[in-house]
Amino acid sequence: MKELRLMKGNEAIAEAAIRAGADGYFGYPITPQSEILEYLMVQKPYETTGMVVLQAESEVAAINMVYGGASCGKKCWTSSSSPGISLKQEGISYMAGAELPALIVNVVRGGPGLGTIQPSQSDYFQATKGGGHGDYRLLVLAPASVQEMADFVPLAFELAFKYRNPAMILTDGVIGQMMEKVELQEFVPRWTQEEINKISPWATTGKTRDRERNIITSLDLDSNKQERHVLSLERKYKAMEDNEVRFEKIQCDDAEYLLVAFGSSARICQKAVDLARAKGIKVGLLRPITLFPFPKIPLYKLAHQVKGMLTVEMNLGQMVEDVRLAVNGKVKVEHFGRYGGIIPNPEEVVNILETKIIGA
Amino acid sequence: MAEITREEIIKPENLVYKKTDLLVDRALSYCPGCGHGTVHRMLMEVIEEMDIQSQTIGIAPVGCSVLAYEFLDIDMQQAAHGRAPALATAIKRLMPEKYVFTYQGDGDLAAIGTAETIHACNRGENIVIIFINNGIYGMTGGQMAPTTLPGMKASTCPYGRDTQIMGNPLKITELVATLPGTCYVTRHSVHTPANVRKTKRAIRKAFELSYANKGVSFVEVVSNCNSGWKMTPVQSNKWMEENMFPYYPLGDIKVPTV
Ligand SMILES: Cc1ncc(C[n+]2csc(CCOP(=O)(O)OP(=O)(O)O)c2C)c(N)n1
Ligand code: SF4
Ligand SMILES: [Mg+2]
Repeated sequence: MKELRLMKGNEAIAEAAIRAGADGYFGYPITPQSEILEYLMVQKPYETTGMVVLQAESEVAAINMVYGGASCGKKCWTSSSSPGISLKQEGISYMAGAELPALIVNVVRGGPGLGTIQPSQSDYFQATKGGGHGDYRLLVLAPASVQEMADFVPLAFELAFKYRNPAMILTDGVIGQMMEKVELQEFVPRWTQEEINKISPWATTGKTRDRERNIITSLDLDSNKQERHVLSLERKYKAMEDNEVRFEKIQCDDAEYLLVAFGSSARICQKAVDLARAKGIKVGLLRPITLFPFPKIPLYKLAHQVKGMLTVEMNLGQMVEDVRLAVNGKVKVEHFGRYGGIIPNPEEVVNILETKIIGA
Repeated sequence: MAEITREEIIKPENLVYKKTDLLVDRALSYCPGCGHGTVHRMLMEVIEEMDIQSQTIGIAPVGCSVLAYEFLDIDMQQAAHGRAPALATAIKRLMPEKYVFTYQGDGDLAAIGTAETIHACNRGENIVIIFINNGIYGMTGGQMAPTTLPGMKASTCPYGRDTQIMGNPLKITELVATLPGTCYVTRHSVHTPANVRKTKRAIRKAFELSYANKGVSFVEVVSNCNSGWKMTPVQSNKWMEENMFPYYPLGDIKVPTV
C-alpha cells in the first residue's frame, strides 16, 4: 500500500531504498546526510527485508563495498556529501569501467576543501563530467522535492541496471534536510537469486558447470581491446542521451526569457517566475531532472523562442557551460550564483534577470 | 631397452600428478621461479578438493596477481589497489553461503589498503585473506614495500632501506593477530615441497574456518620476487631463508580456540 508521510529528504531516500528492494547500503557519516545511515540503523531493514546496512571505516571502503556487492548483481548503494564523494571517485571510476550498476547519493555541501556544511551545487562538474579518472559518465538525477528524493531511488536503480552503469542522485542540504509530505511506494521484494541470475547473468555468484566463469574487471592491457571497451561505453552514453533525458518545463509556452535551474535552485526560480510574471515579464523555467544526460535538445529549441537565458546555480557557473553548449551561440546565456551555503532568493533572481539579460 | 611410445606413457594408469582442472590452461604471467604461481595452484587444489568451485568468489588485487582471474577458473572480481577486503566484506555479507577470499600483495594489503585490512579483520568478516609478502612492489618494477627489510635494496631505496628515513618494515600479520575478529593467523612459504604442503593445509583450514563463521582467516605466504630482488630463483629462495624468515618467522601466530 502507498503511504503518506511527513519526512526529511534524507530519510525519504533511505526509506525509499528499503522499499525498492535494495540489498545493501554502505556508508560513512558526514553532514548534511548522516540521517540516511541513522535512519537505516533505526529501521533495521536487515531484520525485515534483509537489506544489509554497514557503517564502513571510510568512504573509500564504502564505495568498494558497493563495488563488491554490485559485482554479485545486488542492488547496492551508498551516500555521502562532497568531501566523501571526492574520496569515492576512484571506486566510482572502477565501477563505470567494470560496468556495475549502483546508486550513489551526493547531498552536496559547499567547497572546496572542508568548505561548509551548508548546501551548495558546486559538485555539478564532478557529477556530470565523470568525476574520477578516465572516460566515463554517470546517470545523474537531480531531485527538487522530498517526493522526488523518494521517487528517484527506484528510478536510479532501474536505470543503473538497464545500462549497467552507476547512477547518482545529486541533491543538496536544502532538500536533504527539509521536511515535506511524501507518498511512499509499496514495498518491492528484494530479488531472489534466480531473478539475479536472469537479470545479471554477468554477476559473480559462484561458477556453476553450465557456464563460463564470470569476471568483473575494468582492466584490459591490450590497447585494441581497451579502445573497443571505451567505444562500447560511449555507445551506452549515447543511448542514455537518446532515451533518458528528463526535464520539466514551467510556463515556457509564451516565455520570452528562460531561467534554467536544477534541484533546490529550481524551486527558487519557480517563485522568481511568479514574481517576474506579476511584473509583466514573460519568463519560463526549464528544470533539468537528468543532469546527465542533459536536456540539450529542449534547450536548443527554446533558444529559438526566447531572447535570453539565465542559469541559477549555487556555484560559480558550472551547468551554464552545458546550457551554452546546447544553445550553441543562438541566444545569450548568463549565470547567477550564490556560494558558501547562501541560497539565492527569488527577488535577486528577478533583479539579475532584469539587469543581466533583459536590460543588457 | 624397448621403445616406449608417447601413447603408452600418457595412459591414465601412469598418472602420478596432474594440474587441477580449476587452473585455466594458459601460461601464467608470473616470472619463472616466482612463488605466486605455486600459491595459485595450492588455492585451486583446495577449492577442487573441497568441491566448492560454485560457492567461491575470489578477489584479485592490484599487483603482480592483478590478472589472477585469468588463471583461476572461478568467479572473480578485480579490486582497486588495496580495497579487496572491502569488496570481500560486502560479498560475504550479501551472500553468506559463499566462500570469499582475497589474494593480496604486501603493497596492496599493508600500505595503501591498511585501513581496509585492519577493519575487515577487526569486524571479523568471515573471509579468507591470502597475503603474498615478497617485501617489494613486484608489479611496478621493484620499489620499496611496507615489508621491505632494513638494509634491503629496492628501486626507491637503492642504497638499502634506511629505517631512520624510511621507517620500519610493518609486521601486519602480527598486528592483525591481536584483533578479536581474526580467528586463524598463520605464516608460510612455498619454497620447498614440504612448505608447499603446509601452505596448502593452512589454506584449507582457512577456508573451513571462514565457512564456520569464525572470523577472518589470514594466511601470509612469505614469497620470493626473484625479478624485483634481482636474483636467480634459487638465489632468491636462499636469500629469503636467510633474511626474510628471521624477520617474518614461519608458523601459526593465532589458532582458533575450540
Ligand atoms: C591507486 C593506485 N596507486 C598505485 C598504483 C600502482 N601500483 C600497481 S601495483 C603496485 C604495488 C603492488 O605491490 P604488491 O601489492 O606488493 O604486489 P606484488 O606485485 O609485489 O605482488 C602499485 C604501487 C595503482 N595501480 N593504483
Ligand atoms: S615481478 Fe616478482 S612478484 Fe611479480 S611475477 Fe615477477 S617475480 Fe613474481
Ligand atoms: Mg609485493
